[in-house]
Amino acid sequence: MTKERLVMIGNGMAGVRTLEELLKLTPEQYEITVFGAEPHPNYNRIMLSPVLAGEKTLDDIVLNGRDWYEDNGIRLITGDPVVSIDRVQRKVVTAAGVEADYDRLLITTGSNPFIIPVPGHDKQGVIGFRDIADVDTMLEAARDGKSAVVIGGGLLGLEAANGLMKQGMDVTVVHLLDSLMERQLDKPASALLKASLEERGLKFLMEAQTAAILGDEQVTGVRFADGSEIPADLVVMAVGIRPNVSLAQAAGLHCERGIVVNDTMQTYDPKVYAVGECVQHRGDCYGLVAPLFEQAKVAANHLAQMGIARYEGSVTSTKLKVTGIDLFSAGAFNEGEGDETLVLQDPSQGVYKKLVIRDNKIKGAVLYGDTLDGTWYFTLLREGTDISAFRSTILFGQHDLGDAGHGDASASVMALPDSAEICGCNGVCKGDIVNAIGKQGLFTLEDVRAHTKASSSCGSCTGLVEAILASTVGEGYDKAPSKKGMCGCTEHSHDEVIAAIKQGELKSMQAVREALEWKTPDGCATCRPALNYYLLANWPDEYQDDAQSRFINERAHGNIQKDGTYSVVPRMFGGLCTSNELRAIADVADKYEVPEMKVTGGQRIDMFGVKKEDLPAVWKDLSDAGFVSGHAYGKALRTVKTCAGKNWCRFGTQDSTGLGVKLEQMTWGSWMPHKFKLAVSGCPRNCAEATIKDFGVVCVDSGYELHVGGNGGIKVRVTDLLTKVDTEEQVLEYCAAFIQLYREEAHYLERTAPWVERVGLNYVKQQILDDEANRKALQERFLHSQTYAQIDPWKARAQGEQSHEFKTLKIA
Amino acid sequence: MTDWIEIIALDDIPKLGARVIKTDTMKVAVFRTGDDQVFALRDACPHRGGPLSQGIVHGTSVTCPLHNWKIDLASGEALGPDEGCTNVFATKVENGKVLLAIKADEAAA
Repeated sequence: MTKERLVMIGNGMAGVRTLEELLKLTPEQYEITVFGAEPHPNYNRIMLSPVLAGEKTLDDIVLNGRDWYEDNGIRLITGDPVVSIDRVQRKVVTAAGVEADYDRLLITTGSNPFIIPVPGHDKQGVIGFRDIADVDTMLEAARDGKSAVVIGGGLLGLEAANGLMKQGMDVTVVHLLDSLMERQLDKPASALLKASLEERGLKFLMEAQTAAILGDEQVTGVRFADGSEIPADLVVMAVGIRPNVSLAQAAGLHCERGIVVNDTMQTYDPKVYAVGECVQHRGDCYGLVAPLFEQAKVAANHLAQMGIARYEGSVTSTKLKVTGIDLFSAGAFNEGEGDETLVLQDPSQGVYKKLVIRDNKIKGAVLYGDTLDGTWYFTLLREGTDISAFRSTILFGQHDLGDAGHGDASASVMALPDSAEICGCNGVCKGDIVNAIGKQGLFTLEDVRAHTKASSSCGSCTGLVEAILASTVGEGYDKAPSKKGMCGCTEHSHDEVIAAIKQGELKSMQAVREALEWKTPDGCATCRPALNYYLLANWPDEYQDDAQSRFINERAHGNIQKDGTYSVVPRMFGGLCTSNELRAIADVADKYEVPEMKVTGGQRIDMFGVKKEDLPAVWKDLSDAGFVSGHAYGKALRTVKTCAGKNWCRFGTQDSTGLGVKLEQMTWGSWMPHKFKLAVSGCPRNCAEATIKDFGVVCVDSGYELHVGGNGGIKVRVTDLLTKVDTEEQVLEYCAAFIQLYREEAHYLERTAPWVERVGLNYVKQQILDDEANRKALQERFLHSQTYAQIDPWKARAQGEQSHEFKTLKIA
Repeated sequence: MTDWIEIIALDDIPKLGARVIKTDTMKVAVFRTGDDQVFALRDACPHRGGPLSQGIVHGTSVTCPLHNWKIDLASGEALGPDEGCTNVFATKVENGKVLLAIKADEAAA
């Protein structure tokens, strides 16, 4: 079978990029012929400015040398422009008479500089700034000539002026408007730019309208509309570009400003495609490289007959390539009605940053002097990211976010050095993770956790680790599946397991594992504690707690420390205590040689360093003094923190300590999906910090505000206000109902903060506020479950229960 | 030389649990699996020396309570990507009693 023939007219960046994309997709599909009007292979037109400024050579900017065309079997004809397209015969003809037949035609004729049609515009020494020939002309002029005039104070004009000045010419920039680069900069940035260029030696004539180019054959000067004149050996017209459509127009293809294409880069002739500066898409013509490359990708996809890509227009950003001047702009940088602007100005440092914001999203950006974060702002702009979370610091840049995984991690992680510590718990740096991903071929978060330990402890860096994974393995990254199995033993999610236990009336771990087809005979260290909790929460009067499925702290009823000893925290209801109780604790500390004691964050006393075999005896002494377990070791009700309250405090509005004691008496001993903390503050000064607790009460003169879902740990979260009630009885009722809803529905190891965020505060309100019967039922179920839970585990063990746990055997 | 020392009745080790045996020089964790196999390891995780006897037993492995390393009960080796190994002691069950093979010098040195 003979190959189809693809002819490309134009040998510029957009066209050749299309061929590169096409060869990646279907290297063998076409026999390709390329016609270029210039005598060069494909070069990087954007880098003409540095060539002019003497910072690069022509060889430096060639993108695809002639060998590239040969290697890919592409016929390249340079220096011989195509003069006509015959769409009926499907062939093109060049100036030299070369003909080529096509099955598909790709037009990439680019654009021409716009030459203002003033008298004398065709004299020698009047040029645009578009191709290598123009650069050669300018370099030649710079060798003998003295002064140059650049008409046009836009991006291209300023780059040309800067280059000519570097070549030793005396350069004046003439601009029709009152500010430079008005399409990319707002006025303050434009003024900074002008000052800085003047400092380097450029001269400016603003609001000057060119009337005529002076001279005989060779240009000698420029005259303006007001009659003034300036001398010039070279005039560079850089007032804009026009899509080069003449060839397409002559062939009868529909053109407006550019060759009109649809979202697949197809012209009105289905055999003919067009990309680059010559096209007009949805009314827009683009002159910057990024959108052209996007177009190239789409065109290649359709030429390869895959037919799935669509080009839907681009948002563009600009950088000025004048060495030593940092400038960036993107989007709608001049604010319209209803927009807000954030501005940072530091004139002595030459720094100006402006962001245009609408509905907490970036609409435009102008940066001058410090453009480091240009790409970040541009990403936020394109992705429409809500910036409200970091709006107050956004102008200071991305590195200012620098937290452990809360902000937009995906953007910030790329900027981090390899030595940046990602996982603070396990001391894992970015480099370690990247290496492990590369060497071990890791694709999932679980893999990375297993191999590096990063994100395997407190989990606060999970977002960062996922971002590193995504940026390292790219599209191969397996984003977390929407449904996650509880652990490696099962595909079923927490929600499915909870539902199965309820609906299937499963009342033992064995029953759950059989019904849900567990892959392991007795589970693992992840699912066993979870199942034990779910069964206990659902069947408090029937399920027999399984000590061997509890983490050691809950099995031994103390906190294991790094040296294998335990800490002991007796419960002190509401934080209240008596001198006798303190004396009893002191006696225990002496008797068992407790090496260290401290007051905990929850207002209790912690005794560290108790040997495991001493625990039952310690507990016996504490129990005799009236203490019960403080459950400081468990996924359980921990403490109720209180402030002084109205009995003592001159600001107190209610009896916060008394209410705290009642709440703790009601709730102590209950097992939870995760630890659970309460607090009661006696007035809105909130000394008990109730608004970062799982359930917090803030007393006011007229009653009690109930707050839920707070957290003071890994990620601080302020509570949501659930409601306000009038009496202590109501506080107890609502508290019990909230706890029971959490106990029945949250996932094991999910604190109330992420749970409330997952199910939504409205759901919690519906269940507890709107439905009184439901609230009372929840309360009743909680109180019922408490009749089984409020058996002091310390006293039981002091009396001999589970004694094997605490006895060590000896052999001599 | 190796002696078999009778240490405990099988029923005194909880299923999916462990007991700790103290020798003069170290602690040994004796594990009982769900299907009544018995294994003995030095009671120190190869990672940071955590007490393996306090971990959760599942299948024929135990998860260390300090940092969740998973140790194979039969070989004493860390499972998964972690690397490390703790000492293994031979055990057998006779007439409902668990016997531990431990060198006399290890036991009493």
